Amino acid sequence: MIVLEKRPQPSKAWSYATPVVAVLATMVFGGILFAILGKNPVEAIGTIFWEPLFGEFAFYYRPQLLVKGAPLVLIAIGLSLGFRAGIWNIGAEGQYIMGAIFGAAAGLAFYPLDAFYIFPIMVIAGAFGGWLWAMIPAFLKVRFGTNEILVSLMLVYVAEQMLASVSLGLLKNPEGFGFPGSRNLQSYESAHNAELIAGSGMHWGVVTALIAVIFAYVLLNRHMLGFHIRLTGEAPRAAKFAGVNPARLILFCLGLSGALAGLAGMFEVSGPSGVVSIDFNVGYGFTAIIVAFLGRLHPVGILLAGGLMALTYIGGEIAQSQLGLPAAAIQVFQGMLLFFLLAFDLLTNYRIRAARSEVA
Amino acid sequence: MKFTTLLTSAAMALGLATGAMAEDKTKVGFVYVGPVGDGGWTYEHNKGRLAVEEHFGDKVETVFVESVPEGPDAERVMTQMALEGADLIFTTSFGYMDPTINVAKKFPDVKFEHATGYKTADNVSVYSARFYEGRAVQGHIAGNMTKSNIIGYIGSYPIPEVIRGINSAYIHAKKVNPDVEFKIVWAYTWFDPAKEADAATVLIEQGADVILQHTDSTAPQAAAQEAGNVVTFGQASDMSEYAPFPRVSSIIDDWAPYYIARTQAVMDGTWESANTWDGIREGMVAIGEITDAVPADVKEEALALKAAMAAGEYHPFTGPIKKQDGSDWLAEGETADDGTLAGMNFYVEGLEGEIPQ
Repeated sequence: MIVLEKRPQPSKAWSYATPVVAVLATMVFGGILFAILGKNPVEAIGTIFWEPLFGEFAFYYRPQLLVKGAPLVLIAIGLSLGFRAGIWNIGAEGQYIMGAIFGAAAGLAFYPLDAFYIFPIMVIAGAFGGWLWAMIPAFLKVRFGTNEILVSLMLVYVAEQMLASVSLGLLKNPEGFGFPGSRNLQSYESAHNAELIAGSGMHWGVVTALIAVIFAYVLLNRHMLGFHIRLTGEAPRAAKFAGVNPARLILFCLGLSGALAGLAGMFEVSGPSGVVSIDFNVGYGFTAIIVAFLGRLHPVGILLAGGLMALTYIGGEIAQSQLGLPAAAIQVFQGMLLFFLLAFDLLTNYRIRAARSEVA
Repeated sequence: MKFTTLLTSAAMALGLATGAMAEDKTKVGFVYVGPVGDGGWTYEHNKGRLAVEEHFGDKVETVFVESVPEGPDAERVMTQMALEGADLIFTTSFGYMDPTINVAKKFPDVKFEHATGYKTADNVSVYSARFYEGRAVQGHIAGNMTKSNIIGYIGSYPIPEVIRGINSAYIHAKKVNPDVEFKIVWAYTWFDPAKEADAATVLIEQGADVILQHTDSTAPQAAAQEAGNVVTFGQASDMSEYAPFPRVSSIIDDWAPYYIARTQAVMDGTWESANTWDGIREGMVAIGEITDAVPADVKEEALALKAAMAAGEYHPFTGPIKKQDGSDWLAEGETADDGTLAGMNFYVEGLEGEIPQ
């Protein structure tokens, strides 16, 4: 018999080791899955993790990792602050959409004017859009005590309807022959979130994500507010005695995560995507939740986790076209990652021990 | 200009890389919006891919990526295919339009074929099928089959292609049944079995006893089967597993001949950018078997309608037709021109509700 015994203190070693062990376990079990599908598991795993970084076309994929990882990191950083304080913003996808709508709308309002101030205005508008959308669950929670998980999640679907509506109406490209979708911001220079160095994948969203990581690190480790966030999550009663104002904390955490998600949406719509369309959102807001936990809610961890997630996406696509792996197998593979992470997380708080059998 | 220099430099860097990859096998890539097992739209495109493999054997290599979101992800998948030496890439969903154009700029030597779009370039063709011809046959059968006189229609996105289908089906249902009424639900997805099933259930609850769909899964068929007395039609693929009832007929997209012809053109070096819009006559649109659940005389009329379109004697949009607002569109005997059809953004007279804006 084996039993689980609660550790008196969460194990520091395990807390760092879990993500690594989870990735290894995912490789092993993912490999078994690929083998069952009749593919060479070593080749498949190799393709997913090696090709994008060091393969023949790494010069193209490495920048793509930044493009794919940046919105994940940006959103996850915002979410992690709330998660640490026990404030659960599940609706980042909706805030991401609203950020994109507000940002694109602000830019398109100036079309075809050519001016340096358009892009900064779009950035502010994007952040505002996400912030506004997150303020709804925040306000309802503070004022009426509603559950922010449900409200923020439901607002994702409202945001999707708004997205469809503006794609078909307000922001529809007047030169689009009646087809839905806005003008392409990539061909409107003043509003285009172009690569800062051609071919590097570095756009303003990537820069902002990196700044957000540093900002979050400083906030959590050096600032009173960061201390309050951590305290509220780890010891709510102590937080109360320390004079933490829960309402203000809720407004701050939800607002900030909303603004960051909105920024991510704005940078995406003005850069890699270019168009406000009905299908604009592809789930970054939800995947970012996985990234936040995979990164142990730690800014640096999130940076690494975002990179890893981007790697599985891009590597997964390569594996699909090169090896003919089905898309669903890649999704299972990504799902395994979260599953193993949560499973091994148990070892942070518990230890496994062989139980002595009692003699009657 | 900053943007153009960026493109040229990228094109040069990438172009050099592909040049070195020349192989004797012709490599054909396919980008799919749904899973190959959707039983509808993507399933048929994949059948086209398999037909290319079978036709050319060793001379061709095909690759595909399924369930690719429309946007930057599609752009990366296409780039990846081009980098890996694809000579010809079929991008099979409307939302791949801008990504296709973007990637095509970077790879001038790779040929691109975009389904259902309208933007072309020297190395980008567009192709689509005149699904509305199939809708005419479908509308004819539907108008005859409905007892409640309510026909439900699951729309995907309110784009011209879908609106054309609704108009065509309505005109021909109305012809045989003046009391017929269309109820339209917009699903805002091409493929989402759960949403499609919900839409079908809602329509059935509102009294529809015929369901037409412009979405790709078989979920509405299953919902109709459960309801018991509701007629459906296979969409994009035959969906014959639901025959003879609820599925009484279908519109089948047959991409195989086109894919084979275009691959051949690339092999021969005769490929040119084109705008192809083929229908029943060319065989790109086929009508699946009309089952015995349909009365014999209705079946006969439906087949005659199909034959008339195949012979080029009948156009589904033949006047007199008025727009929804009562204004004249087509005069007696006049047929719609392709330009108007391609950008169709209005309902014909008699349809209720508004196109979402």
